[in-house]
Amino acid sequence: MNEQSHVEFKGENMKTPIYMDYQATTPMDPRVVEVMMPYFGAKYGNPHSRSHSFGWEAEEAVEAARAQVASLIGASPKEIIFTSGATESNNLALKGAAMFYRDKGKDHIITSVTEHKCVLDTCRHLEQEEGFKVTYLPVQENGLISLDALKDAITDRTVLVSIMAVHNEIGVIQPLAEIGRICRENKIFFHTDAAQGAGKIPLDVNEMNIDLMSISGHKIYGPMGIGALFVRRKPRVRLRPLINGGGQERGMRSGTLSPPLCVGLGEACAIAEAEMASDNERIRLLAKRFHTAINDRLPEVILNGDDEHRFWGNINLSFAYVEGESLMMGIRDLAVSSGSACTSASLEPSYVLRSLGVEEEMAHTSIRFGIGRFTTEAEIDYAVEHIVKAVEKLRAMSPLWEMAQEGIDIKSIEWADH
Amino acid sequence: MSQSRTIYLDYNATAPVKPAVVEAVAQALATGGNPSSVHSTGRNARIAVENAREKVASLLGASAGDVIFTSGGTEANNLCLRSFHEAGRKLLVSAVEHPSVMTTALALGATIIPVDQNGVVQPDSLAELLEAEGKDQSVLVSVMAANNETGVLQPIQELADIAHQYGALMHTDAVQVAGKIPFDMKVLNVDLATISAHKTCGPAGTGALITSVQVGKMQGIQTGGGQEKGLRPGTENLAGIAGFGVAAELAADDLARTDEIEALRDSLERQISDFALDVRIFGADTARVGNTSCFAMPGVDSEVQVMSFDLEGIAISAGAACSSGKVSASPVLLAMGVDETAASSAIRVSLGWGTTQDDIDEFVAAWKALYGRLGQKSEELTAA
Repeated sequence: MNEQSHVEFKGENMKTPIYMDYQATTPMDPRVVEVMMPYFGAKYGNPHSRSHSFGWEAEEAVEAARAQVASLIGASPKEIIFTSGATESNNLALKGAAMFYRDKGKDHIITSVTEHKCVLDTCRHLEQEEGFKVTYLPVQENGLISLDALKDAITDRTVLVSIMAVHNEIGVIQPLAEIGRICRENKIFFHTDAAQGAGKIPLDVNEMNIDLMSISGHKIYGPMGIGALFVRRKPRVRLRPLINGGGQERGMRSGTLSPPLCVGLGEACAIAEAEMASDNERIRLLAKRFHTAINDRLPEVILNGDDEHRFWGNINLSFAYVEGESLMMGIRDLAVSSGSACTSASLEPSYVLRSLGVEEEMAHTSIRFGIGRFTTEAEIDYAVEHIVKAVEKLRAMSPLWEMAQEGIDIKSIEWADH
Repeated sequence: MSQSRTIYLDYNATAPVKPAVVEAVAQALATGGNPSSVHSTGRNARIAVENAREKVASLLGASAGDVIFTSGGTEANNLCLRSFHEAGRKLLVSAVEHPSVMTTALALGATIIPVDQNGVVQPDSLAELLEAEGKDQSVLVSVMAANNETGVLQPIQELADIAHQYGALMHTDAVQVAGKIPFDMKVLNVDLATISAHKTCGPAGTGALITSVQVGKMQGIQTGGGQEKGLRPGTENLAGIAGFGVAAELAADDLARTDEIEALRDSLERQISDFALDVRIFGADTARVGNTSCFAMPGVDSEVQVMSFDLEGIAISAGAACSSGKVSASPVLLAMGVDETAASSAIRVSLGWGTTQDDIDEFVAAWKALYGRLGQKSEELTAA
């Protein structure tokens, strides 16, 4: 069932495909798997069973994990709600706060056009079904929102601002502390989708005045099927739950917690907290090595998104004069994506890149290269060779490339209709 | 765990995961991959999810395309009730439902279908309520297959037939029957069913809503990516789902052991009833799922009993696990007309694939000792 094979490269035996899709999901850290496994086996108690030691043991593990998650973002354990993942966290944050405060005359939400699909869809749902008004802030060419535009969008009916921390497609980091300060000054809740940010960049909910934060397990070398929502207690954020039942998670999220998943998320957070600095330094060096080599050897390759305010584990490149799907086929030894996994089966160009003002052809040729904890230097070098070869081959076959080389301005050509 | 001996008799709270399931989970954790990614790592993850979907569907006699994976039974019940409420359906739920159905239904203005003294929904009661709703009101009926506290089985097929006569949809929370008794959605004629992995000896954190009705009419609770036909967006819990699939497959084998487990349960009930004439077994006069027993030691508080058993290294419970922690009489027993005093002295013992005759005998010995210490004394006190 596994299509994995091996290639020889610089005398090394390398496993292919080389995984460069860390934004879709990260491989599990074996240390995380190790702490989880006992809770799938001998320690099988239901953490909500109050009448026996199996339950208490499970509860203790869950609470220790909650503290690990809290510590990563400078929160108190009481402010952490376990969910099934970042999609649920985002839904709970937006719908939960919006619906709770609607009766108090708050019916306006501010977000940005480049948010993750689940945030945008949730906002659209609130607009269409629940009568909310939503302002979708544009982004600048570098992918960052304008703080002035944010200030201008705020009204006395605004309940919530939702801006993601690190972008899933282009890796840019939004000015969270500034956004938080503006929100706090205006007594508006600030939610950030930190699925790609928590554990990757330093985040402190108090320093940044963040009131709600979504976290995902499987984007930080932890398990799928678990996430968390930070819900500030002072000043308190109230939410209307999406899922009712036994009243777990302070009534905000009912359902039996999964101890192995909680423990896995906790450990992933603890490792991220301890190793963030060293991980990021490694990742930055690998990213520079990758980006520099590509740029040195291939003309007309554009890095999408701000080149300073970014997480270097995400390098989104547009290759001019190459068709995106052909390039994907040409670099089959690399597991990469042309954008978000949720929408990757569609051939539409990314709405995120289009929002940045990237032209349609360039948006079509963009590929996201993820670099993470387990990426090696040899893998980077192999990827570069592989990409350069594929791009050169495709360009050699491209009449557009040929014309461009001859100095013809492609945009000036008037194409005949067929 | 500190005790040298641990006897687990709380399978209805969560069931120990079978070794083959743990293996499948470990393998999926190691392989990884986002099932929505188009590269081979993603495609392999997708294959694992779809294989599991087949197996889960097969356990309940459904088609793979009917399975919507969720984070568990609670979410599946919420997904069902909330979606159909949004679509304009009135909800009718029984008085003995699990909190995930009951609290949601009450919040959505549901009508409660009463139960008789055995905890069973009488088909006539349902018919009356449906009649009262009138022809213009579309309805979703939700009645659990087996009660989590008493094990009492509902006449699902009859209820489904009545629901359909009135043009209503039939949902059943099948969490406590999956893998315990044969349950075929097509045979029983139910439209939607909820199932939980961790009650079926799979990992906690996964469940499913199985729906044979047009999902186009459903809305979902969460909005986002298009996973699970758009009804349940969010990256799939790959390892959990893979484990769920194996658990569902193995649950089919467990069906062969149903009689054996029921014999153990019956032996337990016989031994304690023979020993103490005042013991009261709830639901004993009607059909029950064979692994569950709920009974009262008159005059002794449930909490006192479960704590005493814990000290003996025996894990049981006083009712639904959930989060309350607060000591109150079971709403399920109260709905059956049990008085509050008797209800607050009830405990639940639930058996499963790892239970042995020795476990039962040890439980009975501990129960008898406890009865000798507290039960008779309270009887004397009452008499005095």
